Amino acid sequence: MAMESITGRSASRSKTLTPLVWAQRNLFSSIGNTMLTLASAYLLWLTIPPVLDFTIFSAVWTGTTREACLAPGAGMCWPFIWANIDQFIYGRYPPEEIWRVNLTFALGIAVIVPMLIPGLPARRLNLVLLLIVYPLVAIVLLAGDRPGLPPVPTSEWGGLLVTLVVAITGIVASLPLGVLLALGRRSEMPAIRMFCIIFIEFWRGVPLITVLFMASVMLPLFLPEGMNPDNLLRCLVGVALFSSAYMAEVVRGGLQAIPAGQYEAARALGLTYWQAMGQVVLPQALRHVIPGIVNTFIGLFKDTTLVLIVGIFDLLGQMRAQLADPNWTIPQGALTGYIFAALVFWVFCFGMSQYSNFMERRLDTTRER
Amino acid sequence: MGAERNRRRGQGGKVPFGWNNPRVRSFVYQAAVLGLVIGIVWFFATTAQENLSRLNISSGFGFLDTTAGFGIIQTLIPYTEQSSYGRAFLVGLLNTLVVAAIGIVLSVMLGFFIGVMRLSRNWLVATIAAGYVEVMRNIPLLLHLFFWYFAVLRPLPGPADSIEPLPGVFLNNRGLILPEPIFGPAANAFFIAIAVALAAGFVLIRWARKRQIETGELFPAWRAALAMVVVLPGLVWLIAGAPFTLEFAEHAGFDFEGGMRLLPEFVALVLGLTLYTAGFIAEIVRAGIQSVSKGQREAAAALGLKESTTLRLVVIPQALRLIIPPLTSQILNLTKNSSLAVAIAYPDLVAVFAGTVLNQTGQAIEVIALTMAVYLTLSLITSLLMNWYNARIALKER
Repeated sequence: MAMESITGRSASRSKTLTPLVWAQRNLFSSIGNTMLTLASAYLLWLTIPPVLDFTIFSAVWTGTTREACLAPGAGMCWPFIWANIDQFIYGRYPPEEIWRVNLTFALGIAVIVPMLIPGLPARRLNLVLLLIVYPLVAIVLLAGDRPGLPPVPTSEWGGLLVTLVVAITGIVASLPLGVLLALGRRSEMPAIRMFCIIFIEFWRGVPLITVLFMASVMLPLFLPEGMNPDNLLRCLVGVALFSSAYMAEVVRGGLQAIPAGQYEAARALGLTYWQAMGQVVLPQALRHVIPGIVNTFIGLFKDTTLVLIVGIFDLLGQMRAQLADPNWTIPQGALTGYIFAALVFWVFCFGMSQYSNFMERRLDTTRER
Repeated sequence: MGAERNRRRGQGGKVPFGWNNPRVRSFVYQAAVLGLVIGIVWFFATTAQENLSRLNISSGFGFLDTTAGFGIIQTLIPYTEQSSYGRAFLVGLLNTLVVAAIGIVLSVMLGFFIGVMRLSRNWLVATIAAGYVEVMRNIPLLLHLFFWYFAVLRPLPGPADSIEPLPGVFLNNRGLILPEPIFGPAANAFFIAIAVALAAGFVLIRWARKRQIETGELFPAWRAALAMVVVLPGLVWLIAGAPFTLEFAEHAGFDFEGGMRLLPEFVALVLGLTLYTAGFIAEIVRAGIQSVSKGQREAAAALGLKESTTLRLVVIPQALRLIIPPLTSQILNLTKNSSLAVAIAYPDLVAVFAGTVLNQTGQAIEVIALTMAVYLTLSLITSLLMNWYNARIALKER
């Protein structure tokens, strides 16, 4: 295989060929190639049919109780998923208040989607809405304790809601922090530079689990008596600091790609450091690193699952809780639950990575032009 | 930014002392940040001290000598419930290191294999590799671990109905049981033979390279070295007898006796870490190899180099330069991610120390600080080693 790789990429450029010629060229061009094809086909034969059989053909699609899934040879138990779908999305959020979560989701989509489409006007307004207005609205809507909105303690939040809250808070908080840290790391002032380097390298050097342990076990010891933020908030702080270090490195990459002449020209025109950075350098640098920011977000999105270790029920934690429900003890329960959770995470992450690839290609062409 | 330094140097004497003097401003900013940091640290330190004395938690690392009083399911060094917390720390650390080391070796091998597969001209092979990468990378690692542990390994049949994928290898809900090599009296001679062969091979290759540079004469050093590594220990085996015998596990009562047992927690962790990280490494390898421009290969072909020689002398050395830095960070990620062990109760450093020991002693600050210090040190050592290696293979511009 190694031999072939040096001659270039897969030769699927031949779209106009007849299927037979295409197969001859790409699958059976030589004896070695034919053997590879056969071995690959065998590997697929070993893996794909059992997976399809379990998830689709032998799967139980209808029913309302565990009895439906107890037949011998029954595959994935979809009734388990349907019966618990509210828990997977909202956790233990009070059912009569669920509209607040749905409204928050809808508002989120309304501010995030325009941000993702390149070339739309009012970028700055959109950014302000996303980074400042939306988080405040979301906090009020979700936590409540306002007229007409009864309070819902965070211990009742769960499922996809918590996954999204942790991931989005992490990214929204880490973006400005990361920009500041990246600027600090390139600063002329030794004390500030050293501080930023130590801060970044510290958070990048430790696993997120220890950060979460620190936030949930150690942080209360450092706060004055009586001041006891709830577990979710403490973890959010940990996640935000952790991801800001990664974000800082992404932004630093973008800053390095901008020629020094840009900054110097801006200063020569009489702009202050912050004006030069904010209006000349950063807008260009951040554009360059959109794919990097999306990739950081994908990593963060996957890492949110770790909060279940400190007792917060994200989507995966909620899945574990529902699997422990005695009403749903079935032999294929764990397989069903984890395959479904994997599917949800996969759809989110794959979608975002496709977007990141799209932006990368877009940025590439603008650079070449 | 250099321009600012020049400007400052040029004007330093003329700008009057005051807010318009960049030096003064810079000094004030730095003093402010430093003061803020010291203030925050001071605040946290004093509140922590108050809280500790209020809650009657002792501080300091004295607890490390106290008897631990809990068992650990996998210990690489002698450990009993009477051992100290310090000993438990060491056990956890070794468990982390062993899982990280095995995970690194396996994921680098699998990652390179899949990365090269993705570049194959065979459409089916390339597609399978691409599918692997997209599936594995986009599922959280913790979910990988849960899947392998709770959905695959735990529901396996008990020891009586073990699955036997290979003769002497048993898989059941208590783990993976392998034949254990028992080293006999000839083992020392065998290992010495391997060491001698490796050293001789190394010297031979260096000599051959030097001679080729000086005289242009070729010597099949790699093949000769490989032959030595096979033949020399083989001779020792023939003369002195087998260096080890395999002890096969046998059914005994409700379980197995003898053999080497890998805990299901360990197997799940290694599987999850390897499959997940290999997806990332495959992408790094692919990008590295693709970055070597076509002209390089064409030039090598024009010089009459064989394809395999081109690969070895032209493509791989250049690709490695791009592969090594991101590979380092993946290796570091794997090491840090091995801390997810705590979720499936594999007794790694975090599970043993930041889990059980912390719960028993309540000394959160010391325990978390020590745990973080271990990971920071591991990160630092890995990056130093990799930086050294990277500097060695970096482009030498003359």
